Amino acid sequence: MLIIEELQVEVGGRAILNNVNMEIPRGETHILFGPNGSGKTSLMMTIMGFSGYKVTHGKITFKGEDITQMPIHERARLGIGVSVQRPPTVHGLKTRNLVEVCAKSRGRAIDIEALAKEVNFDHFLDRDVNHKFSGGEIKRSELLQLMAQDPDLILLDEPESGVDLENMALIGETINTLLHRGTKHAKGKSHCQIVSEESKSALIITHTGHILDYITADRGQVLYHGHLCCSRNAREILKWIGEFGYEECVRCAMEIEI
Amino acid sequence: MNKDTNVDLKQYLVDVENHAYIQDLSRIGSTDAAKFLDVGIDTRQNGRSGTFIQKDRSVIHAQTQQLGLEVMSISHAQDTHAWLSDYLWRHIRPDKDQFTAQAKSAPHEGYFIRSAPGVRVENPVQSCLYIAKEKFAQNVHNVVIAEENSSLQVITGCATSPHLVSGLHVGVSEFYVRKGAQLHFTMIHDWGAQVNVRPRTHVHVEAGGVFVSNYISLKPVGSLQMYPTTHLAGEGAVARFNSILVAAKGAHLDVGSRVILGSPGTRAEIISRAIVAGGSIVARGELIGECAGIKAHLECKGLILKEGLMHAIPELRGFVPGVEMSHEAAVGKIDQAEIEYLMARGVDEEEAISMIVRGFLNVDIEGLPTGLKNKIDQIIHETQKDMM
Repeated sequence: MLIIEELQVEVGGRAILNNVNMEIPRGETHILFGPNGSGKTSLMMTIMGFSGYKVTHGKITFKGEDITQMPIHERARLGIGVSVQRPPTVHGLKTRNLVEVCAKSRGRAIDIEALAKEVNFDHFLDRDVNHKFSGGEIKRSELLQLMAQDPDLILLDEPESGVDLENMALIGETINTLLHRGTKHAKGKSHCQIVSEESKSALIITHTGHILDYITADRGQVLYHGHLCCSRNAREILKWIGEFGYEECVRCAMEIEI
Repeated sequence: MNKDTNVDLKQYLVDVENHAYIQDLSRIGSTDAAKFLDVGIDTRQNGRSGTFIQKDRSVIHAQTQQLGLEVMSISHAQDTHAWLSDYLWRHIRPDKDQFTAQAKSAPHEGYFIRSAPGVRVENPVQSCLYIAKEKFAQNVHNVVIAEENSSLQVITGCATSPHLVSGLHVGVSEFYVRKGAQLHFTMIHDWGAQVNVRPRTHVHVEAGGVFVSNYISLKPVGSLQMYPTTHLAGEGAVARFNSILVAAKGAHLDVGSRVILGSPGTRAEIISRAIVAGGSIVARGELIGECAGIKAHLECKGLILKEGLMHAIPELRGFVPGVEMSHEAAVGKIDQAEIEYLMARGVDEEEAISMIVRGFLNVDIEGLPTGLKNKIDQIIHETQKDMM
């Protein structure tokens, strides 16, 4: 689904990512760990194609297509969807209109009210996009847009931040639905049916790992100082980070280099 | 830049031929009718409670469809109501400037609209001031009175015929909102690229009265200068102003509102959205707080899409302790983060910018009929091509 090869990225002339290699196969959910400033968000923004993230070397391939220099909207239409941490307010643009645009750009017809109800966001449809939304409301707005888009690769930047415990289950379940891995919205289908239909991939950034209580991760990756230094079971990584901090990742990385 | 001094009144005609009165609006020529529709005037009169149309200096149609509502020419109104002379030139002095002087010395009608005490006029009254004659100076005097506890909505469309290049419009308007009355006034301008426009307006609002003004000028205009004054003279009176302005290359818009909060509990809000697309806009606003317990806010936002001038001048003047007034002014460009955020949802850059601009201009305009709201959205959409 997504292959990143030897990726080097600069932001404002400063190297942020160094020789990142990563593969997210179809149907897999990968968790991206890393301390503050390690380049996690930069990697996500680069995959989506946001300006300011200059690829100086390497290649990003999505669905077999080289997207390294592709404009943002073409990546979105091809099937990449992103939920950013702090989305901008767009004054005068109603959330409803944006959600409609999301569906239209992917050639989908949606029942916007029903979709909004699923994330408990139907009362916000006529509010300006992100205008005075709380942290949790932003997350639900972003997820609603992604539900309308129905992307094949979902990039989520800290889906749990700013969300209270009560809403965390809703966020988790919505992500599972987006990834076709949910149990609540199975609608009478068998597990293997749902999973085999159209498997979605995801790259999810987490600081706390709380999201792992709600979703199933296939793999974890650790980014440290712009280097991808570990790739293995996500829960296992979380356990080690919880116990020893990211220093352990550095030690591993050094041992590998040696 | 003050273009007032650049308007030489001698260049314009004040004496032109008359146009015949048209009883049946379906007989209005299709070119004129289409132009009227562009400024919200529907010659089929769907959802309208009265219509007034003035072409050059002639009132070609004036009628009302509701009891308790008067719609007529100002000269007819003067003949009908002897008391009207007390309302003319009460708050605007003829010697204020050369334009008011000309409106006094060479008057060309104007409208008189009045809702009787206690009458709720369900549908809007539409009035159109139209210039068809090249180089004509149209000098009108308008009076609108919403009597006690009545409610009235007026849509005024001002336009020129498609072929017209040069003209001058001077409009002296005096509005009276009596105790407990409501007046919603929406004005849409679509003048020619070299037409100079000088409205001179005063609004007097009594206790418990509400005045809402929506002003929309998206099409090219030579120069436009207006600074209506609203006096909230009675306890609890309210005024709200929304303006949507676009200045294309060659256009100079000097537009603002002044509100005097002269009684306890009065409230005012002035909101403007201005887009500079090669022209210049001076967006003014002045709130004058004379009593404790008044509350007012001024918001002026400008976007520069093509080089020109965006000059925001918000002013607050308070005289006593206990006034509460604030303002917010911003001039800027479209935020790249907003464009890319929308692009990440699958729209191309051009459409993303278009959505942001439409949103920027999307001030919630109160009480507009759906047809007119759609029309304004359509005009914004069409005007966009020229803005970029």
